[in-house]
Amino acid sequence: MIEIKNIRKSFGHRTVLKGISAEFKDGITNLVIGGSGSGKTTLLKCMVGLHEPNSGSVFYDERNFTSMNFEARTHVRTEIGMLFQGSALFDSMNVEENIMFPLNMFTELSFKEKRDRVNFCLERVNLAGNNQLLVSELSGGMKKRVGIARAIAMNPKYLFCDEPNSGLDPKTAIVIDELIQEITEEYRTTTIVVTHDMNSVMGIGENIIFLHQGTKWWEGSNKEITTTDNKELNEFVFASKFMKKLQK
Amino acid sequence: MIFYPLGKYILLLKAVFRKPEKWSLYRKEIFHEMNYMGVGSLGIICIISIFLGAVTTVQTAFQLVSDLVPKSVIGGIVRDSSILELSPTISAIVLAGKIGSSVASQIGTMRVTEQIDALEIMGINSPGYLILPKIIGAITMIPLLVIISIALSIVGGYLAGTASGAVTPQSFIEGLTSDFIPFTFTVSMVKSVIFAFIITSVAAYQGFYTHGGALEVGQSSTKAVVISCIMILFADYIVAQLLL
Repeated sequence: MIEIKNIRKSFGHRTVLKGISAEFKDGITNLVIGGSGSGKTTLLKCMVGLHEPNSGSVFYDERNFTSMNFEARTHVRTEIGMLFQGSALFDSMNVEENIMFPLNMFTELSFKEKRDRVNFCLERVNLAGNNQLLVSELSGGMKKRVGIARAIAMNPKYLFCDEPNSGLDPKTAIVIDELIQEITEEYRTTTIVVTHDMNSVMGIGENIIFLHQGTKWWEGSNKEITTTDNKELNEFVFASKFMKKLQK
Repeated sequence: MIFYPLGKYILLLKAVFRKPEKWSLYRKEIFHEMNYMGVGSLGIICIISIFLGAVTTVQTAFQLVSDLVPKSVIGGIVRDSSILELSPTISAIVLAGKIGSSVASQIGTMRVTEQIDALEIMGINSPGYLILPKIIGAITMIPLLVIISIALSIVGGYLAGTASGAVTPQSFIEGLTSDFIPFTFTVSMVKSVIFAFIITSVAAYQGFYTHGGALEVGQSSTKAVVISCIMILFADYIVAQLLL
């Protein structure tokens, strides 16, 4: 479980996060949603330590990540997998080298064991046999799937996904969403997905946090989100004509 | 105004020299960088060095109008100016353009495409993994390139001098081999190590703190070359003042 307490973050005079507290349970897909500029990605980066919050704390299974030194954070980070918005694959390496990279760095496994793990991860994301492809040869959806394979290579306890569907066609986006949910349930990871994609919200949003102007505005599930009377959330959820029709 | 980037630069270097997670992976990267920086820069260093020596010979001969000064002086001037100044400094400035821009744009691109964030999320000390191999690669290979440059500069001077008739082969070699002070070579090597450190660390700093997109990567690359060149000339003066 990950718990955040009163996270505040400012960039110069601009306050992006205004004291956010939340709990993210393991084994379910936690979604952080909100409009552009609402602070979703900043919150995610504060949680994984890419940004230092001005105040507040992040707890990974009751371990205070915010107050840890570099070495202690390194230990926690080996338990974290992250899928980036642009996949962030190392473009100087092929698919196999990308997935094997954390294994090379942090394990003493033999090459065969590492290759077996790579093949397992690739099979898990339906990309078996694509080991030698270069990053530049992959489509957007394949990059996301390799990103997931790299994120799960070290058997993470915590999985973070920053807009996993951005730039993907609806069909591929659903495949990625389902993959994230399957991995979450299978390995009981604490999964946090930052998104503004309504298909993801309705499809995999077991626990949803809605951010508005840097504050936690609403929390609930995908079953509750369509029936809430929260004005700002309704404006976000039913922004498209299609959703408006659905609402009527 | 200068203290903020200077402080960031020092903190980055502190992170660069943190204990590596796994030496075997760093070693692989170091050899890769040594090959890229050393072997990859050999061609351009050879070409500029031959011309540096040739131009020094021709221009020195042009200025030697007095019959009281023997022509053998040309050999000595080419030797000393190649060892002390031309080979280390001009090579460093050329390498700042070649290696510095490459390092800044490589690391800058990794920054804007979140590859550095990905390294950090994995628990890897990204400054160490990305920058340390480049610094070690440069401070081992650039002095070797400077040695090659010195040799080729003298060869270039000899060829230009004898081909143009500015100096006879015997006079050139006589000047080349007389009154040699070995300490000048030590100064040259000290300079090349310092220049190598400046080229890679300044470029890495510019790349590492790139924000934005392709435009900013280009700007970082340009800034890396400009600042490196200024720092090289500044360090050149300091070393000359301290050691000579």
